[in-house]
Amino acid sequence: MTALLQPLFAAAGPVIPTYAKASNCIIQNKQFCAKWFFDNFSSRFEPRLIEHLQLTAIAIGVGAVIAFTAAIIAYKQDWFETPFSLLSAFLYTIPSLAFFELMVPITGINRFSAEIALTSYTLLILFRNALTGLRGVPQSAIEAAEAMGLTSRQRLLRVELPLALPAIMAGVRIATVTTISLTTVAAYIGAGGLGAPIFDAIQTGFKTEFVGAGVLAILLALVVDILLVIVQRLITPWSRRRVRVA
Amino acid sequence: MGHRLMADSASVSRAGEGQTAADPAEIAFNDVVKRYPGRERAAVEKLSFTVPPGEICVLIGPSGCGKTTALKMVNRLITITEGDITIDGKSVRGLELTHLRRGIGYVFQQIGLFPHMTIESNIGAVPRLLGWSKPRIRQRAGELLELVGLDPSSDLKRYPGEFSGGQQQRIGVARAMAADPPIMLMDEPFGAIDPIARDRLQNDFLRLHRQVRKTVIFVTHDIDEAIKMGDRIAIMRDGHLIQMAPADEVLAKPVNEFVASFVGADRGLKRLRVRTLEDIELEPAPSDGGKAPVITRENSLHNALSLMLAEGTTQLAVTDGDGTVVGGVTLETITHLIAPADEAART
Repeated sequence: MTALLQPLFAAAGPVIPTYAKASNCIIQNKQFCAKWFFDNFSSRFEPRLIEHLQLTAIAIGVGAVIAFTAAIIAYKQDWFETPFSLLSAFLYTIPSLAFFELMVPITGINRFSAEIALTSYTLLILFRNALTGLRGVPQSAIEAAEAMGLTSRQRLLRVELPLALPAIMAGVRIATVTTISLTTVAAYIGAGGLGAPIFDAIQTGFKTEFVGAGVLAILLALVVDILLVIVQRLITPWSRRRVRVA
Repeated sequence: MGHRLMADSASVSRAGEGQTAADPAEIAFNDVVKRYPGRERAAVEKLSFTVPPGEICVLIGPSGCGKTTALKMVNRLITITEGDITIDGKSVRGLELTHLRRGIGYVFQQIGLFPHMTIESNIGAVPRLLGWSKPRIRQRAGELLELVGLDPSSDLKRYPGEFSGGQQQRIGVARAMAADPPIMLMDEPFGAIDPIARDRLQNDFLRLHRQVRKTVIFVTHDIDEAIKMGDRIAIMRDGHLIQMAPADEVLAKPVNEFVASFVGADRGLKRLRVRTLEDIELEPAPSDGGKAPVITRENSLHNALSLMLAEGTTQLAVTDGDGTVVGGVTLETITHLIAPADEAART
């Protein structure tokens, strides 16, 4: 990977930061120097990791509000599905690097530009899953709710949305993992996050920094995904129970 | 309303204590019409009948006869085109929709338990809407679960997916009765349940109905179920009411060929199911020194005849619950009970 990108970003040979008493591992620019990584974790990686989480959380949060609102509207008003699907699918197809670059003249080189792009990418997945979930609510449960005299708002909050939760959560998981990975690219327009050390390392050719940040991004995605699975199990305890007796 | 609770319901606390809402209500259809746009024939045409408080009225007929449509117009799941349905004289069209529906228990073939809610929450759905306290809901859910033959101590915290179809429909019945509505609408409630479980559910529901009187409209396409469940049977065809009468009368005097063929060629035999040995005047016990086969009084005439055929005899000794012989029944009695009405129907 570094070998591929080096010609693009760093025409000159690797520029290793000159630290006092650099270890052999650093001087030889080995693939990964664990000691250096852990020594520098709290100063160089931890703040980036936190930024990365923030960027992702804001994108998913804002994206969820927009996408779920849209899904509820589309669930109630069929005509709304097509325009919103087209819009979110269109946004999804824009290459990420191009999207970030496109936002720069409009909103500048900053986190805000990055968040707009990242949020846009979440919409299609979150919307599709939420709408599929809502439409998959058993007709019998809806009829029962109606016959009990639940208002349409009560029906949505107490029956339809809870029953759509497994599908909604599946969408949140996919969107979150995708966004964590995309957020690394957002550093290209100065949004920070784990992408920043990666871009740095591409410039300098410093492999430990590159591998360290990359692995952190992967671990972050895995850990967040596991956490989301746990959350899903906690909020949908009913979905795992099976028929006890025939 | 004349119908009061029967004594044996003392074990069931009344959810609507002190409220008249708990008394069964009278339901009246007045020239009710349902027409769907773009369809020539009305789904329901000038339907008029009255269900007295506390009775089970069965709507039956071939598919497309309008029975489910008629049922669903009571709680306005389907809107009435013309005419009116009244509950204790009050038009359902004039009542606020949510208020109307919370006062009507609804049980249907697909059951429709909320899979994401525990049994307690399912049963407590309407009470919660009505603002009951949590302990009161829990107590009520427990009572009802016991009433429908499930175990409150282990089942309240389970989810619907853990129960069989028959058990789920028991819970469905309990849920429909949660707020003690004066009316229950049942749309082929036991239609998707295997025959053995269905038979038990029917018996249990009848027992339950004796305890907690409700006015029930019950839709089915199964004539045997109709005969078993209905105080009255309303037979419909093409949106019209063809005949409405107690089961025995429908079987004895079908008003036309359609009804006669709908109830079946064996309607004479079916009549024997309607009456038990408790309903007829017994003859003196057979004086053959105890050789005659013995049958208990709560058995239907059908069972009595069946026993005669099985034993190759024409008389039985009838006993009460304790096994004391209280009288006898002969083949002749049974045929006499059935024959005169049939003669009348032919003329």
